[in-house]
Amino acid sequence: MTPGNPAMMNRKRVRVFGRRDVLLGAGAAAFVVAFLKTAPAADANKKSDEFQAALKALLGEAKPVSGGIEMDLPDAVENGDYVPLSLSLESPMTEENHVKAIHLFSTANPRADVATYRFTLLSGKARVISRMRLAMTQEVIAVAELSNGTFLMSGHTVDVKIGGCGI
Amino acid sequence: MKKPPRIKIPESTHVGEVIEIKTLATHIMETGNRKDAKGKRIPRDIIHTFTATFEGKPVFSAELGPGIAANPYIAFYLKVPGPGSLKLTWIDDSGTKTVETVPLNVV
Repeated sequence: MTPGNPAMMNRKRVRVFGRRDVLLGAGAAAFVVAFLKTAPAADANKKSDEFQAALKALLGEAKPVSGGIEMDLPDAVENGDYVPLSLSLESPMTEENHVKAIHLFSTANPRADVATYRFTLLSGKARVISRMRLAMTQEVIAVAELSNGTFLMSGHTVDVKIGGCGI
Repeated sequence: MKKPPRIKIPESTHVGEVIEIKTLATHIMETGNRKDAKGKRIPRDIIHTFTATFEGKPVFSAELGPGIAANPYIAFYLKVPGPGSLKLTWIDDSGTKTVETVPLNVV
């Protein structure tokens, strides 16, 4: 795929679930259910109370739209002290339509608020690259705040072999 | 900061171009949750704020928590509005403010 080709991006976005996807989805769901039954301890979906509180503090009564943020993080890391990440969002970054901020949350670190990145029209692009700490295997959540008041929320699970030291 | 931060920008740019600015600060980012050998809590010492302005106008900013890795690396973008300088500021818990000014070579 040619990066930045708008036609390709549009095509990807408007793709509707086909029969194959449904079958794959059902298979994946069955696998997940089987996995959860055998290994309830290693549950990356468990989200800390701190995370729930931090998310509530940000969103208030607003309901976030699922997906839309491109989260580039590794699926597995040896060492949680140093996890590279990039967060980005397609946006024209105009006065009428821009990304105001991306909030980064941990769902299993002692502190749920990891960082807030704020953009302006001068940013030109809603993208940030950084490095975070992960205390254990968990889902990392990003919430984007758009200029029209909409919130988008995406997640990425990272498998951590050795937790970040003393987070 | 004991050592000055490292900043990388393109050698030259032109008006309207969106350029990447890479920054690397040297900082322990002590979380405040660790204990020393005697069991005493080591106080938190992190860079909590990073800001970037261009000729006084805000470009990008970040509020950081202890979940950010030591020696915080931040890369962000600027849509070059014209000739001028970027001012980058890091502020940590000890109140130390590190300011770097980087002129852009706008051709």
